[in-house]
Amino acid sequence: MVTDDSVVVQTKDLTKQYGNQVAVNHLSFTLREGEIFGFLGPNGAGKTTTLLMLMGLTRPSSGEAVVCGLDPVRRAKDVKRIIGYMPENVGFYPELDAVQSLEYIAALNGIPESEARNKIDEFLELVGLKDEAYKKVANFSRGMKQRLGIAEVLIKDPKVLFLDEPTLGLDPEAALNLIDLIVRLKEEHNMTVLLSSHHLHQVQRMSDRVGIMINGTMVAQGTLDQLSKEKFGLGDKTYSLEEIYLKYFREG
Amino acid sequence: MQGLYAVFRKELADHFSSYRFVILFALIAMVSFITSYVAGLHLKEGLEGVAKPKFVFLMLFNTPGALFSMVQFGAFFGPLIGIVLGFDAINKERAQGTLIKITSQPIYRDAVINGKFLAGVVTISIMLLSIVLVISGFGLTLVGVVPGVEEIWRLFIYLIISIFYISFWLGLSILFSILFKSIATSALASVALWIFLSFFVTLGATVVANAVAPLNAKEGTSPEILLKNTTVKERISLFSPMVLYTDASTIIINPMRKTTQSLILMGPMERISASRFENPLSFAQSLIVVYPHVTALIAITLICFAISYLVFMLQEIRT
Ligand SMILES: Nc1ncnc2c1ncn2[C@@H]1O[C@H](COP(=O)(O)OP(=O)(O)O)[C@@H](O)[C@H]1O
Ligand SMILES: [Mg+2]
Repeated sequence: MVTDDSVVVQTKDLTKQYGNQVAVNHLSFTLREGEIFGFLGPNGAGKTTTLLMLMGLTRPSSGEAVVCGLDPVRRAKDVKRIIGYMPENVGFYPELDAVQSLEYIAALNGIPESEARNKIDEFLELVGLKDEAYKKVANFSRGMKQRLGIAEVLIKDPKVLFLDEPTLGLDPEAALNLIDLIVRLKEEHNMTVLLSSHHLHQVQRMSDRVGIMINGTMVAQGTLDQLSKEKFGLGDKTYSLEEIYLKYFREG
Repeated sequence: MQGLYAVFRKELADHFSSYRFVILFALIAMVSFITSYVAGLHLKEGLEGVAKPKFVFLMLFNTPGALFSMVQFGAFFGPLIGIVLGFDAINKERAQGTLIKITSQPIYRDAVINGKFLAGVVTISIMLLSIVLVISGFGLTLVGVVPGVEEIWRLFIYLIISIFYISFWLGLSILFSILFKSIATSALASVALWIFLSFFVTLGATVVANAVAPLNAKEGTSPEILLKNTTVKERISLFSPMVLYTDASTIIINPMRKTTQSLILMGPMERISASRFENPLSFAQSLIVVYPHVTALIAITLICFAISYLVFMLQEIRT
């Protein structure tokens, strides 16, 4: 694969099979620097599996992937240095407070303690958890946990964020809060983001481009305008992501 | 390396600040205090007006206190320490969703399991060392004996053997925490295997031995049959880590014991000469006697950990 500098992630025919079941089917897509790409699809569509393959945590059955010029299979450790991954339902050590949680992640990334101290303050402020710095995570609300999760992925100074269902289970206000934060990261810090979700409205709000995955296959990808034209023909009306998605979903 | 160190440090801090560790340590410290205190009192009485035997200090560890000696207590209770430190090592992280978060950091995956195992081993070592030191302190003040160089060496070897013995159970419970998603299941499986290997194997050994070479209580058994019976029993018993450990540690702590064999056939003349010329085994000789046991103990510990390592490396981590 030929990639230029602005390409952060590129895959070609990436495939993962579990026995007879194809979790990800010949997936090809490109993620460019500074964009937010939304993976859309129902549960079991293969979104998480794709992210895991891109981090070298799961071995692809076939196909290729490149993350910032690196092969995730052979350079898993280096790839994981570049990617800030927030898993679906990100977990925490309940007995630690926010600062201690971040200290552990910093230590795993080999960040010296003095440097980590400053970064922890900076990112707790950024995600709006400054006043909860010494509160045990066990007492955090779901929204606070997600924001702490974002601070945890930022502390390693990643080139790209992988956010797996970041708004899952959040109440509307907390979800908006988080979406705001993600958009701000892109706009103010030029962060590249790959996120997965099945919340159409939320994805529409924050993504520059989306890819629709159904049963392991990416059936369409592009900007909302492009998808709208592709599926409904030329016209003045721009369709919502929901309408587009449902059309794809019904047509299989 | 940075990953291994970070995991190790976190796990060590977790162990020392957890309630379960504090409770376990308090329990062991209490039993050790009482056992060695009573043993010390017995020794003091027994040694009144008698020339002191050569290895008085070690007797603190192998003289039964209230019910059992320190060495017996370690053999019985040690596995529980290993199990308590390891039974939820991996599955707890999996359940709370932290395992995927850790493994998605720039570390090698084996840093997680190595760090956890090492932290457990260091916790065990610190625990055992402090207990041995406390008992030694008792010995100094209560009985007023100072350990000789050889006794210190013997204690040191005893410590090493004990650390491996308990680490075997740590490795085993970590393996179960990898294999079983449920914490309750892995705890139960560890305890079940502990009971099986510690008690049922010796019981089974007796049954098998009696089937192979039946002893005849009424008419008396011929020496050949008796020998065969004992040999079979001892061979099978060696599958129990507790027997391996008990054999090895008794020989090291008690220089008067010269063999791990329990059956010694002697005629009256041999018996007289044996008791007349009873001398302790030299340190080097004791080491030679227990060498196979110690090697076996270290081997099963390493094999157990290696299996955990492999299973963990091959498992897919999604949560
Ligand atoms: N270890 C596994 N063994 C078998 N099938 C699996 C395994 N992991 C995931 N799958 C299957 O792969 C498909 C994709 O799963 P996933 O990537 O988690 O979907 P999503 O994140 O889009 O909800 C699902 O159908 C799931 O059942
Ligand atoms: Mg998923």
